[in-house]
Amino acid sequence: MSVTAEDISQQDADKEFKELLTFFLAGEEYGVDILRVQEIKGWDSVTNIPNTPEYIRGVINIRGSIVPIIDMRLRFNLEKREYDATTVVIVLNVMSNGHADRTMGVVVDAVSDVYNIPINDVKPSPDFGTAVDTEFVTGLATIDEKMIIVLNIDHMLNAAELAVIDKIES
Amino acid sequence: MSIDLEQFHETFFEESFEGLDIMESGLLELEQGDVDLENINTIFRSAHSIKGGSGTFGFTAVAEFTHDMETLLDQMRNGERQVSASVVDTLLGCVDVLRNMLNAIKDGSEIDADSVADMTNALKGILGEEQSDSPASTEDASSTVAAKGWSVLFKPELDIMKTGNDTVRLLRELNSLAERVEVLVDNESLPPLVEIDPEECYQSWNINLIGGDVSEDDIREVFAWVDDECELKIEPLADAENYTGVERRDDDRRESPAPDRRAIDRRNKPAKATESSSIRVNISKVDELINMVGELVITQSMLSQFGEDEDFNETHIERLKDGLTQLESHTRELQESVMRIRMMPISFAFQRFPRLVHDLSSQFEKKIELIMTGESTELDKTVLEKIGDPLVHLVRNSLDHGIEAPDVRVKNGKSETGTIELSAYHQGGNIVIEIKDDGAGLNKSKILDKAKQNGLISQDERLTDDQIYDLIFRPGFSTADVVSDVSGRGVGMDVVRRNIRELGGMVEVKSTPGEGSVFTIRLPLTLAILDGQLVGIGEETYILPVISIIESLQVKPECINAVAGNAEVYRLREEYIPIVRLYQIFGIEPKSKVLNEGLLVVVEAEGKKIAIFVDDLLGQQQVVIKSLKTNFKKVEGLSGATILGDGTVALIIDIAELIDLYQKDMARAVVSIKGGGLAA
Repeated sequence: MSVTAEDISQQDADKEFKELLTFFLAGEEYGVDILRVQEIKGWDSVTNIPNTPEYIRGVINIRGSIVPIIDMRLRFNLEKREYDATTVVIVLNVMSNGHADRTMGVVVDAVSDVYNIPINDVKPSPDFGTAVDTEFVTGLATIDEKMIIVLNIDHMLNAAELAVIDKIES
Repeated sequence: MSIDLEQFHETFFEESFEGLDIMESGLLELEQGDVDLENINTIFRSAHSIKGGSGTFGFTAVAEFTHDMETLLDQMRNGERQVSASVVDTLLGCVDVLRNMLNAIKDGSEIDADSVADMTNALKGILGEEQSDSPASTEDASSTVAAKGWSVLFKPELDIMKTGNDTVRLLRELNSLAERVEVLVDNESLPPLVEIDPEECYQSWNINLIGGDVSEDDIREVFAWVDDECELKIEPLADAENYTGVERRDDDRRESPAPDRRAIDRRNKPAKATESSSIRVNISKVDELINMVGELVITQSMLSQFGEDEDFNETHIERLKDGLTQLESHTRELQESVMRIRMMPISFAFQRFPRLVHDLSSQFEKKIELIMTGESTELDKTVLEKIGDPLVHLVRNSLDHGIEAPDVRVKNGKSETGTIELSAYHQGGNIVIEIKDDGAGLNKSKILDKAKQNGLISQDERLTDDQIYDLIFRPGFSTADVVSDVSGRGVGMDVVRRNIRELGGMVEVKSTPGEGSVFTIRLPLTLAILDGQLVGIGEETYILPVISIIESLQVKPECINAVAGNAEVYRLREEYIPIVRLYQIFGIEPKSKVLNEGLLVVVEAEGKKIAIFVDDLLGQQQVVIKSLKTNFKKVEGLSGATILGDGTVALIIDIAELIDLYQKDMARAVVSIKGGGLAA
């Protein structure tokens, strides 16, 4: 049986869906809006930027633009781990003031899956239980009995990152 | 047929601003006593184009205002009016008002009606003075209000439409004037259909305008663009009230008047301040580019043949190498041609100065001659746009602080008139702009006092002359006794320096007491490409701008001196240069920390020299500058990054900022030593 366009629009009317790309970080699964993911690439060497916090690993060249790479483990004060075959860089488009204006890469342990979940199923997170500062978390979603932490990358990669850097500059 | 006029707005504004610049420089020339008819004509033509354009686009306020200016200019052109300083000043004022009006329209903000009204009155005042007997003058016409109505005979020439005029438009315009408009068309001269040339106009019209306060001039205004292409008779109606003898052909049009589409456009789309800017490029530059691309395509097809060749052998390799050499040279030439597109003569930045000097010299009651040389020197458009404000600041400064009042000058044995020289020229890969005045020069003791007072230097610090002069670029510094509205707020010179630094340039000052000062600005030709020296430190590769490198040398251990334990200086030909260990400042692990195992690169920025300690010199190449800010943030000590041949990223060092970083580092070290000493 095929799904008709009508069925889909019926579905849309009931629930709004959102596709999430999930990745692992120290045993926990995190999700980001898949529309923000520009590409996923293996870990490669970076050029260090002097006088920046340790979690800013450096910059790489992605088709002619200079893109900063941020280590999520270090960012969230998790234990360091040697980069291995599954380590990947997820290149994200970060929005500010409603338009995409920066491209940044985040280093994670491994990518996991893509899920299509109803937006309503993302529940606000309680104030404990994850290593991640709750201000970067949009909410929690449960898929097949697993908990996924949905990240607010705009907040995480704009305000926090850059504020820290600003402080160093001044 | 409807054309979206808005697409032409940008061009209109651009041309109008150009026209204003032409008018301004023309007026300033007039003022210098050069009453050249051709010059007045040029000014007139510019005003006329602005009027025409603004009329077409429905900027009536601008069109009306320009019309008054035009009347005055016309009188000057016909020799009916003497060119006097007051007339020129008024016209200059008009140019300003017009520029403000156009800016307001462009940004979608309100026009400052008061200033427009003031200027219009000033214009009318001049026009009214001696010309009250002339029936054509606006003053007169506006006071003559038609009592009842007008009868207009409009008989256009056959080819009126070929000049881009539309009779329907004219009639529509008339329709908007009066309360009641009656139009009788005379199409007797209309040939049979087969003979009609659709581009010709065969009709003539008899139009009666009834009611509404219409003056003859209003009507003439409508026909202003066509009056030499038609027969026009305007007569007052004998008895408008009873006049009904005309077929009402115009009824339909009147009942559903065609709404002014432009007005609607403006209402629906709130004017947005468009950021996109355009550039005008000389056609020869584009042709050159096309030629280059052609060459490139040929080389490419030659090279691709090798790839298709089945039996690739030794002989091919030679030819392949030749091809690659060709490819390289073509790529470089293409790159240069593309760069040249962005190059514009510096006269675009210079042209505002005659006006500025004219205005300010009368404000300060100083006599100043402005000499400009090298106006055709080309530099990158972005640099050009951003260098304008710092230049204005420097010129204002020279004018305000540098040049003395006429009586003081005479007392000091100088000529009454001071000179400010603006010059631009190329030097190496740089462009140099000099602002030179023959004024009093910088006052060393005053600068020192002020700097001590503001805590910029300590009481007993000893500085060289150049170091003292350099203090004026520090934030919070001003020696002006009286804060005038142009300078003296102490926010000037540091902003100038910062802006110039942002462009990758530097500014220096040299001064001789009693003889004047020279500000020298050095700017890169372009912001996009840099000649870089690659240096290696540990695993990292950094790029130093070749332009700031004085020399690179191997370390002679006997030339190293330690100062106060932690700062090191290198003696180079009777000069002591601080050694900057880059790995310390950037926190990198170098191959060697022993000075004589590496190399020193002596660099200079803003008059300061440092010797950077690096592991290796890796080679020189042109690098394309990429901003770190696009996806990240400005990082202190770096001006950007680039992508090397192997695809990796290398960071470009900003020498001036590196020196700052080094000095801050040293200051911190000193503080910690002092602090440690106290604790012990």
